[in-house]
Amino acid sequence: MGSEPAVTDLEQLKDHPALALLFHWNAGAVTQANFDRNELSVYIDRANIKDACSVLKPQFNFFSDLTCVDWYPSEPRFEVIYHLLSHQLKERVRLKVKLQGDDAAVESITSLWPAANFFEREVFDLFGVRFLGHPNLRRIMMPEDWEGHPLRKDYPVEGYR
Amino acid sequence: MILNMGPQHPSTHGVLRLLLEIDGETVVKLIPDIGFLHTGIEKTCEAKFYQQVVPMTDRIDYLCPMTNNLCYVLAVEKLLGIEPPPRAQFIRVLLNELTRIQSHLVWLGTHALDIGAMTVFLYCFREREEILRLFEDVSGQRMMTSYFRVGGLSLEPPLDFLPRVKKFAKIFPERIDEYEGLLTGNPIWINRLKGVAHISVEDAIALGVSGPSLRGSGVDWDLFFFMQ
Repeated sequence: MGSEPAVTDLEQLKDHPALALLFHWNAGAVTQANFDRNELSVYIDRANIKDACSVLKPQFNFFSDLTCVDWYPSEPRFEVIYHLLSHQLKERVRLKVKLQGDDAAVESITSLWPAANFFEREVFDLFGVRFLGHPNLRRIMMPEDWEGHPLRKDYPVEGYR
Repeated sequence: MILNMGPQHPSTHGVLRLLLEIDGETVVKLIPDIGFLHTGIEKTCEAKFYQQVVPMTDRIDYLCPMTNNLCYVLAVEKLLGIEPPPRAQFIRVLLNELTRIQSHLVWLGTHALDIGAMTVFLYCFREREEILRLFEDVSGQRMMTSYFRVGGLSLEPPLDFLPRVKKFAKIFPERIDEYEGLLTGNPIWINRLKGVAHISVEDAIALGVSGPSLRGSGVDWDLFFFMQ
């Protein structure tokens, strides 16, 4: 399995189907990409994420996961992560959006894939990231009157006592 | 009329609350309320070493502990660039296939039970018991096995492990024929399932349906064969 160094040069990666689609649409939207351990991750500007998803959707038809990472105390603090799968190409791609801690909001993609509905609610519930335009952005795991967002790194593992 | 169903209800196999809007006997709208089984495993894992997380992964789904063990250790191994010895890899795959069989047996048995066919349930659990006994001999536990480790396995399986697996593999196809004989062609089974809850291809993709359910909608997709 030995790990080869990650490829971060956009020029070398541009032939990957997902990046080719994105470059063809708007090369400026892709800020960074890396191909590590046979997995491609593409960083997209916050403003473009929904459009980037709709550009990829004809090929990468299947939305498989949406999650978030809290890099506290660094800024930009949050990374919202989208996993897409192409049934046709048998390829996966991972999109990432960086968000500032004091402005953790990104456009919802529930209108593209209804499957994203619960995932966005979960990330909102556990990380406190807001999804603009979400039809029903309420807590999903925690009780409605819960205070705080448990998966944030500054939330104590044993809770507040 | 709005009816509240759950979170504890005899017809659900877990805790789930449903808000039903009904018109006579027909449900016209349904709002699911989940989260009753949320234990915050990810949060607990934040304060653990990588090796300590394995027992947590058993508890994600008690019907496929080994599968979750494997997903987790593969991820850590991928990060660290470790390749476990071939023997450990074989045993992992073997145990994962057995896990899959016993998990599917629970599905088939309880599904038939819910529909009104009690016998199949007992037959399925008879075979499942043999697999659980194998798990117990291998790991010391029937269900929460915690058997896999980052880089391999926790223990060598006992000497009679392989012969017993071979024996099971030999008799199991006949047992599947037995289930078939009890269900396929059974008018209750057919009447209660045929044409029920059909999901179109478009809906299935939009809703993120995967695995056997996606194939059930008619999409030719199998991770096992296509994403090696």
